[in-house]
Amino acid sequence: MSLPTYCTPLERIAHLSYRLFCYGVLFFLVMPILIIIPLSFNAEPYFSFSEGMLNLDSSAFSLRWYQDMVNNSQWINALKNSLIIAIASTFLATSLGTLAALGLARNDMPLRNLVMALLISPMIVPVIIAAAGMYFFYTKLGMGQTYTGVILAHTVLGVPFVVITVTSTLVGFDHSLTRAAANLGASPSRTFFKITMPLIRPGVISGGLFSFGTSFDEVVVVLFISGVEQRTVPRQMWSGIREQISPTILAVATLLIVLSILLLVTLELLRRRNARMRGIRE
Amino acid sequence: MKPQESVAPSTFFTMQKVLSRKKNPGLKEKLRRAERWNRIKAFLLVVPLLVFVGISFIGPITEMLHRSVYDPLVADNLPKTITALQNWDRQALPEEAAYRALVTELLSLQKQRILPKVAGRLNTEQSGMRSLMTKSARKLSRLSVIDNAKESLIAIDQRWQQIGYWSAIANLDSRYTLSHYLAAVDMRYDEQGDITAQPEQRQIYKSLFIKTLGISLAITLLCLLLGYPLAYMLATLPDKQSNLLMIMVLLPFWTSLLVRTTSWIVLLQTEGVINDVLMALGVIDERIQMIHNLFGTLIAMTHILLPFMILPLYSVMKGISPTYMRAARSLGANPVYAFIKIYMPQTLPGVGAGAILTFILSIGFYITPALVGGRSGQMVSNFIAYHMQTSLNWGLAAAIGGILLAAVLLLYYVYNRLVGINSLKMG
Repeated sequence: MSLPTYCTPLERIAHLSYRLFCYGVLFFLVMPILIIIPLSFNAEPYFSFSEGMLNLDSSAFSLRWYQDMVNNSQWINALKNSLIIAIASTFLATSLGTLAALGLARNDMPLRNLVMALLISPMIVPVIIAAAGMYFFYTKLGMGQTYTGVILAHTVLGVPFVVITVTSTLVGFDHSLTRAAANLGASPSRTFFKITMPLIRPGVISGGLFSFGTSFDEVVVVLFISGVEQRTVPRQMWSGIREQISPTILAVATLLIVLSILLLVTLELLRRRNARMRGIRE
Repeated sequence: MKPQESVAPSTFFTMQKVLSRKKNPGLKEKLRRAERWNRIKAFLLVVPLLVFVGISFIGPITEMLHRSVYDPLVADNLPKTITALQNWDRQALPEEAAYRALVTELLSLQKQRILPKVAGRLNTEQSGMRSLMTKSARKLSRLSVIDNAKESLIAIDQRWQQIGYWSAIANLDSRYTLSHYLAAVDMRYDEQGDITAQPEQRQIYKSLFIKTLGISLAITLLCLLLGYPLAYMLATLPDKQSNLLMIMVLLPFWTSLLVRTTSWIVLLQTEGVINDVLMALGVIDERIQMIHNLFGTLIAMTHILLPFMILPLYSVMKGISPTYMRAARSLGANPVYAFIKIYMPQTLPGVGAGAILTFILSIGFYITPALVGGRSGQMVSNFIAYHMQTSLNWGLAAAIGGILLAAVLLLYYVYNRLVGINSLKMG
């Protein structure tokens, strides 16, 4: 990327402005997220920096919005709901998705493209359409305003991520290993848990994390099919933004940012581990 | 290695063959059976998920599509009136029989308390129908004897001698109707039962679809404009540096949609950070409205979708060998010419993938336009939600959804042909 020494001044200026543009775009990407964090410690109920904050006056900062969040039963309840729904749907999506990915990765799988397109479709179809349809369909089945309904909906939205990540981990999977295990007398389930699973675990975990993140962030379906009892954190944020916007939302947002950083770091570590394991085999 | 996989018979199958030894099928036959069994096994692994997706996703979508054409409310509740109108020529007023049937059915609907629903449905076809029907039913129930249904109805309201109000009933004579789809493209059945355009002042959906396409296109272009140079820089920097910068792309990708929308509200609102900064710098004298309008939708959605453009571009650019550019330069091309002639064509698959992905995602966006779009920044999805939750015109919501779905599936098909879903990667 560094310019050769024979560059003309014009080229240097062009290069410099190009670099500046790129850093500008990066700034545009990150600044809106990072700005939330200091603002959530604002002592005043405003969404902008007060004089005191800019002068780093310690009295201008406070934890009052965090206290507000912890003391608010609605937020705590929403967090509980979000966790229940996200964990249940992640478990379902990961087990069903991994099983399907194992089938899809075999090259004798019939109708593979059609099946794949069908399984990926929840990711492509606008979620508002799915939510509207689920509203009609789940009510008909008596699953409107139930945890079961929300969990099923979130599972199906998370499934494509599991299928995609696990299938891509299985590309180049050495099937002679499972055959060797079978040859040595291992039952299919033993082969799966002792041989296959450890090898594809990074993919399974990242698929699971993706589906957890999807569920934890999902609001449209929840808006349509959940009742008051199934209020999740995003649902609570949604009404917070629409109705009485209070800086408590910034405290919640900050916690969600921390959560996404954790997810990001975990995924990056998994990706590296996966790459390393493949590097050994290649 | 791959062909062997399908040849290898399952252990179980071979064992059985060895043990039985009754007949000795040819090698070809054995191979065929083994392959078939393998195919079945592969399929069995997928079946649970297929069933699950069928019930919890394809079922709802089918139900929605069904709702967009199935509308039995009028046909089921005014059956006698509809039968009486069967041979009506729509030129003169209907016969006494039709009036009589309507009178009986209006009264019984009112008794069953479903008149508001039926009248409401008819009102979406012919405005004024709701008040006309409830008023007529109310007044009819006060009459003790009705000798001449036609005269009584017209005495209650003059509108019963206008053909339009009768056509509204006749147009919904079947449980299946295209009227929702027609409404979704600003058309309707007229008095004669023919399809015509809605009156000018009632046309909103065609321009809504065009606006949504326009917004999505603008966002896609903005993402390409911002994302292409950045992806190029990330792809050409040394790995250590680019990995560090890549985190700045992945962080927003992973951050909750609502968090990002909230931050744009915080930044853009009139008392918000950006207005503060602009005021302090003296760029503006008066605070400007940057949110709850089209500008808010554009900027927030560009921010949200930008990673979806950068990631496919990056992965394509990473695979382009720098030697081509060097060769072009050494043959005398200036950097701009070499870039346009040699580098850009090689990045086209990435551009296509990123652009279609961004476009597909933005065309169905709901949350962000709903929160920061105001009136001018609303898109198709927001109208689906409006008809689902506020106006309760579910048939119309389903029909708009059906059109949006068709558009997205078409784009998905193109994406699949161009890029292949198998190459879709996350993060």
